[in-house]
Formats: sequence, structure tokens, C-alpha cells
Amino acid sequence: MKRVWEKIVEGILTCSGFMTSLTILLIVVFLFAEALGLFNKKVIEEGYVLAVNKANPVQELSAAQIKDVFDEEITNWKELGGPDAEIKVFRLEDITSYFSEEELGAGYEKAPRCIGEIVAGDPGIIAFVPSKFIEKDFPGHLLQDESISFDEVFAGKEWFPTATPAPQFGFLPLITGTLWVSFFAILFALPFGLSVAVYMSEVADHRTRSFLKPVIELLSGIPSVVYGFFGLIVIVPLIQKAFNLPVGETGLAGSIVLAIMALPTIITVSEDAMRNCPRAMREASLALGATRWQTIYKVVIPFSVSGITSGVVLGIGRAIGETMAVLMVTGNAAVIPTTILEPLRTIPATIAAELGEAPAGGAHYEALFLLGVVLFFITMLINFSVEYISSRTNK
Amino acid sequence: MKQDVFPAGQGVRKRRSQWLAFGIFKLLSYSIVLILFAILGFIIYKGAGVISWEFLTTAPSDGMTGGGIWPAIVGTFYLMVGSALFAFPVGVMSGIYMNEYAPKGKLVRFIRMMTNNLSGIPSIVFGLFGMALFVKYMGFGDSILAGSLTLGLLCVPLVIRTTEEALKAIPDSFREGSLALGATKLQTIWHVILPMGMPNIITGLILALGRVSGETAPILFTCAAYFLPHLPHSMLDQCMALPYHLYVISTSGTDMESQLPLAYGTALVLILIILIINLSANALRRYFSNKVKTN
Repeated sequence: MKRVWEKIVEGILTCSGFMTSLTILLIVVFLFAEALGLFNKKVIEEGYVLAVNKANPVQELSAAQIKDVFDEEITNWKELGGPDAEIKVFRLEDITSYFSEEELGAGYEKAPRCIGEIVAGDPGIIAFVPSKFIEKDFPGHLLQDESISFDEVFAGKEWFPTATPAPQFGFLPLITGTLWVSFFAILFALPFGLSVAVYMSEVADHRTRSFLKPVIELLSGIPSVVYGFFGLIVIVPLIQKAFNLPVGETGLAGSIVLAIMALPTIITVSEDAMRNCPRAMREASLALGATRWQTIYKVVIPFSVSGITSGVVLGIGRAIGETMAVLMVTGNAAVIPTTILEPLRTIPATIAAELGEAPAGGAHYEALFLLGVVLFFITMLINFSVEYISSRTNK
Repeated sequence: MKQDVFPAGQGVRKRRSQWLAFGIFKLLSYSIVLILFAILGFIIYKGAGVISWEFLTTAPSDGMTGGGIWPAIVGTFYLMVGSALFAFPVGVMSGIYMNEYAPKGKLVRFIRMMTNNLSGIPSIVFGLFGMALFVKYMGFGDSILAGSLTLGLLCVPLVIRTTEEALKAIPDSFREGSLALGATKLQTIWHVILPMGMPNIITGLILALGRVSGETAPILFTCAAYFLPHLPHSMLDQCMALPYHLYVISTSGTDMESQLPLAYGTALVLILIILIINLSANALRRYFSNKVKTN
């Protein structure tokens, strides 16, 4: 009886031991399950079609081209491989300028015929209309509606998920925004963090250390939303004033906040690494007449370089995944950043800001889950490289 | 000819560069303290005037421009308890398995790697996952249950790691002594190992609670409500939460003038909760380590 009981408990413990692995597996499964539908979605908004004149040889347009056409940045069919004709954009609400309400009939019942007439009558027209208004004997032809392609998403330069008729799901601005803000954050945090780590592990006496340690623990315990709030109220106006900008919510504000948030990780991990440097090595260096400072940068730091690297990489991971603070201070403009003094938008901030408004199961919703997948794999990559770096140290 | 090993000039230069380097390190280290005190001081200074009994015990009113934060405090408390109920048993059992049962070698390395990976996953990804699994697939809807489970998963790695470290610190002689007296492995763990490791485990659990109480991203889509006039009735209700409330009133709204003091107050309450949690964990650690020494 006792042995059975022991076995049962052991089984339960074993199961919970695999809990984390199972969780990661489930995360992969569920994120992919929600995200992959995006590539089955059509480029043009669901339930709508794009119709052109029968004489028009253009068969299909990419999402970016459609957007340019409807933003009137492309105004001639020649640019799209068609005849030399002015593009005339037609949306359903324009129909009242062609036909009176009587001609359209009650509840738009005659609208299909009217749309047909409009499309047939203008060789340069492109009409964005609900597919239910297209009759069988429609006198124009419909542009082919491809599924959203991999390239359009990962190489797309525009993120504009609510655009009509073709929402833009280009990840490039978000990915570059994330990397850009994290890069600057690490640029600020690295010299700072390393100095503190060296000071704590090599220079400071016991009392100073036991004062600094809880300070750093506390710094890592402050919730990100409080950092965001502090950044919004204090750092953003400061930056706006210092650089004389129209808005203070910039990549720089995000980088500063992220740098503060990444500091505890960098400090703790690299301090641990330096403490692991054997005493004998230090003493040998000192005995050869090197000063303490020379010992630090010629012996201790080279010895612990892989530990320091893990600390930095973990700090980068923390910066890339940070959501709330970045969401609150970076201004969230989805453009590919060129300077650090303009608003930008990161992957986590996009998910946090938009998922609430994206209808479940729609293309926008799936695109946000795909962003989650991207984020997941970036952090996995980071974790594995940390694993790799620290496994090399142990040998 | 006898060479001068330490020419005077070089020695001075060496000492000067050391003095400079150490000076910079010291300066930067103390500026970290300054940063912390700046953040804490700013929020305490601005928020202290807002906090009153009424602020703590009433619901927001006048479209989030007046009233207090009572429902948010209660919501955060529910979420902390809910996630603790899920994460603590799982995490502690997993830690026991890793340290006491799992065969050393590849398997433990694999599990530890997975645990590290899980703790490195951004909280917003947990939010997405919680929404897909708990809210939609399991059909809990936006609820305290879904939010607690998501937050629980988030802090499981932390609980595992602290449990493992606590157990690792116990010398093998205790295990061997107990086994030699005829106790089974389970009895040894239950009567010897766990009581000895308990102080450190509890400290870790308290710190995990601190982490949970401040997280916003995982509850955005699984639980948090913008405003609820009443307290949640069951595990399947939505709830307000302090961090989300702070996010909402500091970023959206029509009347920033009157919202800002409330935001300071909310931030202060949140910071105080986390300070109390951290300090009590530290005090507990010190108390137990003293007790062990004097015995």
C-alpha cells in the first residue's frame, strides 16, 4: 500500500516536472493555430471585390498596389501594366452621384445593374463593391483575389491593418522598430550595467554591496506599467524639451525606459559571472605587479566574458519582449524608423494595442497572432544562444 | 644592469587610471540608486496626497475622473490568489521532481532549458496564449479564472527555480541520514527535506506574488476590465486590476487634469504593494537564516 502511494506521488511529481515543456509546446500549437489562417485570407477585405472595365487587361494587383491606387498615389493604369488611362476610383458610396435614389430602388435592389453600367461605361474605372452586388452577367471583370502571401507580410513595408479595400500587414516597420529601440536601449544599458557589475563584484566592500543588491532587486521588481507611467510623465516631456520636438513620445524615450528595465538583468548575470572568476587567477595577476584595475580588465573580464555576454543577451531579450512601458512612451507610429527621435512602434506594443479591437478570426487578429509567433521565436533564439554561450563556459 | 621594474612614472599613471576607472564605476553605481529613488520618490511625492481612506475603499466614479480604486485592489488580490493557487503546487512539485527524482543528466538539462525558455518568453505572448487557450478554446471567457491561469503559467518558472535552489542547498547527509533510519524517499522529502527548504521556498513564492501583482500584458485580453461598478461575483467574472487601471487612466481618457492625480495614487498603491512584498520576503529570509545560525 505504501509503495503504491509512493509510486502515485512520484508519478504526479514527474507530470508536474514536464509542465514547463508542455506549456511551451501548447504555446507553439495555439499561437500557430490562430496565426496560420492569415495566409488563407484574401488580400481584399472579406465580402468585397474589385471590378474593372472589360477592356482592361490588368488581371491582379498586389495589396500594396491596391492601397496606392485607392490613396491616389498611382493614378494611371500604365504604372500597373495596363493601358494609358487615368484611374477612376469608385466606392459604393459614390454611387449616389451617378444615380438618383429612385433609380437605385428601395434598399439598393437595383444597385447591381447600376454598378454594372458604371463599370462598363468607364475604361479607367476600378470599383470596390460588396460581392453581393455583382450579377452573373456582370459587364466588367473582377480582379483576381490572391491569398495573402508570405512575402507581403514579412517584407511588407506598411502596417495598416484597417485600410480598405486591402489591409496592409507588412511586419517590417514593427520588426525594425523593435530592434531599433532595443538596440539603443542596450547601447545605453551596456556601459552602465557593466560598470555597476564590476563595481559590485570587484571594488565595493561588503557593506556597499549589501546596500546595492536590494536596490537592484527592487529596480527589477517595479512593474513595467509603472516604468511606462514614469516615462510618460517625466522622460517624455524632458525629451520633447531637450530636443525641441513636436512630440516627446519617441524611440529615445522607449530606449531610456528599456535601458533602465534591462539594467538589473545585465548587472546580476554579469556580476555572478565575474564572482566566479577563481581567486587564484586574481592573486596571480596581482602578484605579478598588476594593479587591481589591470587585473580586472586583463584577467577578470576576459575570464567571465561568456557570462557577461549571456547577461547582455538576456537584457536584449527583456528589451525586445517588453510591452507596457514601450506601448506608453514610444508614440506607436508604424513606420520604418530612420532616427531615434521619431515615434516608432514595436511588436509587443502592436499586439497589446490592437488585439482588443481586432475581431476574432479576422485577418487582423491572425496577423497579430503571427506577430506573437515572430516574437516567440525571437525570444527562443535568444534563450538558446544564452544556453549555448553558458554551456561553453562549463567545459 | 639592474632594471627598474616599476618606473615611478608608470606607477603613477597606473594608479591614476585605476583611480579614474573606480571613480567612474562608483559614480555609475550610485546613480542606479539615484534612479530608483527618483522613480520611487516621484511617485510617493505625487501620490501621497491622493491616498485617503475614501480613495482606497470606493469605486471609480464620474467616468474615471473621480472616486477610488477599491475594485482594482480587490481584482489584483483575486488574481494574486488565483495564480498562486495554480502556480505554487505545480511549481513546487516540479522543483521537487527536478532536484530529488529526475535522473541527473540529459533529462534534467532538457527540463531546465525548457523552464529557462518559458521564463524568457515575453508576457504579451502569454497574453496571446491565454486568450487562445483559456478564453477561447476552453471557453472561460474574459474571467478571473483565465487571467489567474495565464499569470500562474507566467510565474511557474520562477517558483520552480527557487524551489530547486532551496532544495539544492540542503546537504545530502540529511537525505542519507533519513534513508538510513529506514524512511522511504517520500517520507524523507516530506519530513526532512521540505521543512528544511521551506523558508527559502516561501521567500521565492512571495517574490513570485510580487511579479504577478504588477503584470499587465497577460491580463489585457484574458481578464482585465476597463471599469466595473461592482466587485466580481465569481471566478468567471471579469475584474479590474491595479496595473491595468494605471495604464488605462494614464493613457486614455478625456480629462487628463483630473485623471492624473488618480494615476499617481494608483501607481503609489501598486508600488507599495510590491515594496511590502519584497521587503517582507527579504525580512523573512533574514529571519530564517538567523534562526538557523543560532540553533
